[in-house]
Amino acid sequence: MKIKRFTGLTAAIAVGALTLTACSSSSDDEATTEESTGASTGIVSVNGSEPQNPLVPANTNETGGGLLLDQLFSGLVYYDADGAAHNEVAESIESDDQQNWTITLKEGWTFSDGSPVTASSFVEAWNWGALLSNATLSSYFFEPIEGFSYDEESELKGQGLEVVDDQTFTVKLKQPEADFPLRLGYSAFYPLPESFFDDPEAFGEAPVGNGPYVLDEWTHDAEATFSPNEEYAGERTAQNGGVNVKFYQTQEAAYNDLLAGQLDIITAVPDSAFETYESDLGDRAVNQPAAIFQSFTIPEELEGFTGEEGDLRRAAISKAIDRDTITDAIFSGTRTPASDFTSPVIDGWSDSVPGAEVTQYDEAEAQDLWAQANEIAEWPEDRTFTIGYNADGGHQAWVDATTNSIKNVLGIQAEGNAYPAFAEFREDITNRSIDGAFRTGWQADYPALGNFLGPIYKTGAGSNDGDYSNADFDALLDEAASAPSVEDSNALYQQAQEILFQDLPAIPLWYSNVTGGSADTVEGVEFGWNSVPLLYEVTKN
Amino acid sequence: MAWYVARRVMQLIPVFLGATLLIYSLVFLLPGDPIQALGGERGVPPAVADQLRAQYNLDKPFIVQYLLYLQGLFSFDLGVSFSGREISEIIASAFPTTFQLAIMALVIETVLGVGVGLIAGLRKGGIFDATFLIVSLLVIAVPIFVIGFVFQFLFGVQLGWFPPTVGSDVSFYTLMLPAIVLGSVSFAYVMRLTRTTVAENLGADYVRTATAKGLSRRRVVSVHVLRNSMIPVVTFLGVDLGALMGGAVVTEGIFNVPGIGNALYTAIKAQDSPAVVSIVTVLVIVFLIANLLVDLLYAVLDPRIRYA
Repeated sequence: MKIKRFTGLTAAIAVGALTLTACSSSSDDEATTEESTGASTGIVSVNGSEPQNPLVPANTNETGGGLLLDQLFSGLVYYDADGAAHNEVAESIESDDQQNWTITLKEGWTFSDGSPVTASSFVEAWNWGALLSNATLSSYFFEPIEGFSYDEESELKGQGLEVVDDQTFTVKLKQPEADFPLRLGYSAFYPLPESFFDDPEAFGEAPVGNGPYVLDEWTHDAEATFSPNEEYAGERTAQNGGVNVKFYQTQEAAYNDLLAGQLDIITAVPDSAFETYESDLGDRAVNQPAAIFQSFTIPEELEGFTGEEGDLRRAAISKAIDRDTITDAIFSGTRTPASDFTSPVIDGWSDSVPGAEVTQYDEAEAQDLWAQANEIAEWPEDRTFTIGYNADGGHQAWVDATTNSIKNVLGIQAEGNAYPAFAEFREDITNRSIDGAFRTGWQADYPALGNFLGPIYKTGAGSNDGDYSNADFDALLDEAASAPSVEDSNALYQQAQEILFQDLPAIPLWYSNVTGGSADTVEGVEFGWNSVPLLYEVTKN
Repeated sequence: MAWYVARRVMQLIPVFLGATLLIYSLVFLLPGDPIQALGGERGVPPAVADQLRAQYNLDKPFIVQYLLYLQGLFSFDLGVSFSGREISEIIASAFPTTFQLAIMALVIETVLGVGVGLIAGLRKGGIFDATFLIVSLLVIAVPIFVIGFVFQFLFGVQLGWFPPTVGSDVSFYTLMLPAIVLGSVSFAYVMRLTRTTVAENLGADYVRTATAKGLSRRRVVSVHVLRNSMIPVVTFLGVDLGALMGGAVVTEGIFNVPGIGNALYTAIKAQDSPAVVSIVTVLVIVFLIANLLVDLLYAVLDPRIRYA
């Protein structure tokens, strides 16, 4: 029982002085912590939630546990605020054919228990995460590696993964993947110390990592506290005296704590405060695009949306949606109108891919395109264009606004098609029994353009719910996957997007924003590509 | 008396079995697949999902699942929740917090409710009576989450008298605001119950007799009127303790109290049957014991009642 039931009456009585206590206690340690330029000593508090699983990297697929793991571990690469990947534990990640990778590690890295970070730390960890018998929730990250299987026990070691020496190991993929290095900062790819394999359960309660912080205490359902890792050998050195992640059941509670000065950073503003948070927090409010793309998909075989007629109608509908007004009126500006199929936080993103003008609201042109389509085949008077959505997810307002926009511009009937619950909605999409268009969204796993395109629009891909298929597009994706560098592959992905703008398998709507904020007790709060603040660089005195 | 208590305790057994079976089947009947939900919108690969289903016995028929749960229960093993924690540990860490919160709410509503109700009853029709009649109406009419948010914003954020949330810092002081909110609705009921019975008993024969015997007004009110007026109030409070513990879900959510309500909410969201059933069963037992205590208290308050 770790809950401290009598956390000292002093703390209880002087709750307003929480920050003071934090300062005084950490200034005692100041002498012992190593000097680094600009470092502060305050403990930064941030909202989080109780991890849904034990703290094992390959078994953590939700934000509550992810936030804690990201403080504790350093992977081969890390992501900066712009979503670009930089080598962290890796000295180099190299491949001639984008399929056989040689990964060399930097010298001098250790886990906080003193054991060294070697090639085996990665190989054994990945192998464990891929084992079917361990039933890890992030096992699909290891799918591209040779030896992975859902049918029998995966055996990455010896097939896809090979330890060369203490500092080097090789990875063999099933097919070329140019953006493979970009994925390696995700928590599933973190290394594990030997002590993990002796007792994974005990490790899940008290993980030992190689990241910028060490876990001091995890009080279930209440908080987790971290202090800087003295053994840390990377560039993300903690600029503060520690981190305190407080678990909240609701965002409202966290927001009120922020207003009352009980919390330094909030990672998500509750819907109820969308109207007011920017005036409450002033320039400490954060509202920037996140790696989340929202759209609605028009199935390839939907009547009237095939062939040349279909291309015209799709473009007409896209141009008939007033994204600026809808994101302002419905979302109080917490969505950013989309100008492509990926997200602005991804390295290589561009708002001027040829063809992107189809996402601009243009009443006259929309009507013109629709009229051209009608010359090919008449749109029946009594036909209604529908957008399916699940009513349990707060989608009704924007669906109504979008269909109204289409209705007003094109003069056709358009309305939402509500499903009571997500499970039902999803089932109809999976069975292809949904009638009309339906809402779709995608949140990236790693900051790469390809992650927004391949899984959704490639022929036969797992999330290709509209059954889109275009041979040229597929060929460009394959070419991009085996391109010699990320820059080269990004150029090819942008070419692939040009095809999407012509075919419009889905109509881009907007990017979801990360909405957050900080109190004036902290400085240097920056949110990363995955909507999580980079806590190591926050300063607090 | 001892026989009566023993019989009542024996009655707990069928209630316990019935409650667990009922709740287990209700969670089982919830639409949706809890294992797929673990993977969020992306779902879980089928092979991994099968593995997890086997691990949590979800691949077995309902009655087998339930019997396995009971089997564990009788060997004092409540099982493991989806989060990998022992359910008994979750309950043991959350229960004391909720119990403290409920007791604080109960004390607040009793002291204030009986106090205000007594004065209002003694001065029936006066300004005091009318004022609190309106206050109690308001409190009953406004949903508890509205009271919760308003109090949190007013006393927590704006005035800063109390911390707006509890979190890891569970203490008498931090629980005060949620306890006031939690007890507010029951306060209104206790107050009105007390007021009505006091007003009624004031005109009773035995009060007139007591006054005629020359007893002081103070003694008449405190010993004769109040004691007899307490019977309905005590009944209400006994039932209310159970309601407070179970009903703390809303209040605990608003004030971020790491108690049983939050644990239950999390378990229901995850469709974690063993966890839901274990937590609710604990609540049911608390409710039954509170009722037993109330029945025993009757004998103390009313000498005409005897248990054999």
